[in-house]
Amino acid sequence: MKQLRNVLAGLGMVVLGAFAQNLINGGGATFPYPVYSKWFNEYGKKTGVMINYQSKGSGFGVQQITAGTVDFGASDYALTDMQLKDFRDKRGMAVLEFPTVLGADVPAYNLKSVTAPLNFTPEALAGIFLGKITKWNDPELTKANPGVNLPKTDIVVVHRAEGSGTTFIWVDYLSKISKEWETKVGRGASVAWPVGLGGQGNEGVAGQIKQTPNSIGYVELTYVLQNKMQMGKVKNLNGEFVEASLASVTAAAAGAAKTMPDDFRVSITNAPGKGAYPISSFTWLLVPEKISDPGKKKAITDFLNWMLKDGQTMTSALSYAPLPKEVVAKEQKAIARIK
Amino acid sequence: MASAVTIPPTARPKGRASFLSRVFSGDSMAQALALSCATLILVITALLVGELWVHSALAREKFGLRFLITSVWNPVTGEFGALPFIYGTVVTSVLALLLAVPFGVGAAIFLAELAPPKLSDAMTFLIELLAAVPSVIIGLIGILVLVPMLLIVVPPIKDAFGDHPPFFFSGPFYGPSLLAAGFVLAVMIAPFIISVSREVLLAVPRDMREAALALGATRWETTWQVVVPFARRGVLGSVFLALARALGETMAVTMVVGNTPKIATSLLSQGYSMASVIANEFSEAIGNLYPSALIEVGLALFGLTIVLNALARLLIVATSGQEAK
Repeated sequence: MKQLRNVLAGLGMVVLGAFAQNLINGGGATFPYPVYSKWFNEYGKKTGVMINYQSKGSGFGVQQITAGTVDFGASDYALTDMQLKDFRDKRGMAVLEFPTVLGADVPAYNLKSVTAPLNFTPEALAGIFLGKITKWNDPELTKANPGVNLPKTDIVVVHRAEGSGTTFIWVDYLSKISKEWETKVGRGASVAWPVGLGGQGNEGVAGQIKQTPNSIGYVELTYVLQNKMQMGKVKNLNGEFVEASLASVTAAAAGAAKTMPDDFRVSITNAPGKGAYPISSFTWLLVPEKISDPGKKKAITDFLNWMLKDGQTMTSALSYAPLPKEVVAKEQKAIARIK
Repeated sequence: MASAVTIPPTARPKGRASFLSRVFSGDSMAQALALSCATLILVITALLVGELWVHSALAREKFGLRFLITSVWNPVTGEFGALPFIYGTVVTSVLALLLAVPFGVGAAIFLAELAPPKLSDAMTFLIELLAAVPSVIIGLIGILVLVPMLLIVVPPIKDAFGDHPPFFFSGPFYGPSLLAAGFVLAVMIAPFIISVSREVLLAVPRDMREAALALGATRWETTWQVVVPFARRGVLGSVFLALARALGETMAVTMVVGNTPKIATSLLSQGYSMASVIANEFSEAIGNLYPSALIEVGLALFGLTIVLNALARLLIVATSGQEAK
């Protein structure tokens, strides 16, 4: 009886072991999910390594990797010093952050009388989302849009209801350009909004904007492009009004690429540079510094190398901007830090 | 039982075996099984409350009772007060009951008393199907159909009130609102009320109806003064079931309620519900205090369910009085 049990247990271990070598578990950010699922699928076909990804939000990715229940996490915002310390305390090692692609948040609105893209100054966006600019014909808006007949109607603000990396990028930008926003509201995946309605997910916000005349909200770039929504241009540090596109997002990353810190924790909202779109961000994979299982370690490092080379060629088709060359080179070196 | 009679006592196996045979013969076994099932439910509930209690410790210690009576919800600064969510949950659920109970009970009376049996069965089947529609689908219908309809219907009604609309109908209307959530919930809970109430009404003994008719009551008098009062407990039971569903409903509500943690008297303004805030924010809740506060919202929702159910039970006791006994 006992012998039989031992045999069975041994057999189970062997089966699980064989499985574990080819099965990597990850989870986190929803915003890059379309490109991640494409990558994991292509990579699986090529190498036979199955990567299982749960797209449940950046916070989920950070929690799970800190608890050690997944092999890698994914987040739309770089970890804070406190989160890094938390990770070190719980796991006894550091966590490495690898940028994968770039995305952007776009001010999307619903104004029937306006056809050309509206220009938004940072002051206008902060004012609208703080609830201080309440009419579409506010001087701050008319000044930036000469010749456009803006209606004298109330602005309806729409924001994300659930915690989200998209929100983090948006409020990170507002915190940088407005002292008042930074002190009153601050940064976070969920914040206490001074005004507005909460929509559920990118599609909820987009739907709410489409249904509500005179509304404005922020939606992830990929989503706006696919749904052909009215989107505004935003004034960058150079004083240009820039429309979000793969090119302008890449331009924002190029500025940051030269000054990229070794841990890749960098916010590129309000980035300097010609033609840079100011509400852009990297999104990151979170990988523990030490991976004890040699099979998993190989699978993860191989995937990171593949992602930086072949993977980067697949992003544009899905409206995600690829990483600048300098960042790719730097990351390729950083992979060696996984022990 | 019959076999116990035919076997003479001496033929029975002695001692332990006879004890076993008694155990396996039926009664005590069934009793033990049923008891363990019933106990299991209590154990699960106790575990649930225990888990919620333990994991909300941080928020309970930091905020105490303030958690239930303050209305600032700011994850960035770590200020948490659940009052707007409690308010939203109560208002949307009560509104849903106000809309669904008269409609549901009326439909049940029609199906049980007036409709031809074939039609009644067919309709009941369809209504039970409605109860099985996933809530995310109802929520989508809410966003895509109900809200645009409300946007057409509500403004003229509001205008009809003139410059001073009543408090529950004031302020600008953008679609997602407490009103929309109430409507969506009403659609979701009506099938429960109709289906259970119909069964209860059908179970009223034939004698009762015949006696009333024999005394010269009209069909409507029979239904309204004899059948419905007789079935009152069961009908109220169906309302509790519906209330429980409305309090806990998450997805459909969050899709149409506007998700704004504020307390507004107008049904046209946005709100938030307890279940919605947990679903929306839990996966992105970072740190220790924030998840703890969300778990305390869960605990408060559990408490609210108990309180409302207790109140409803009191209501039954108070109203059922003599005739329903």
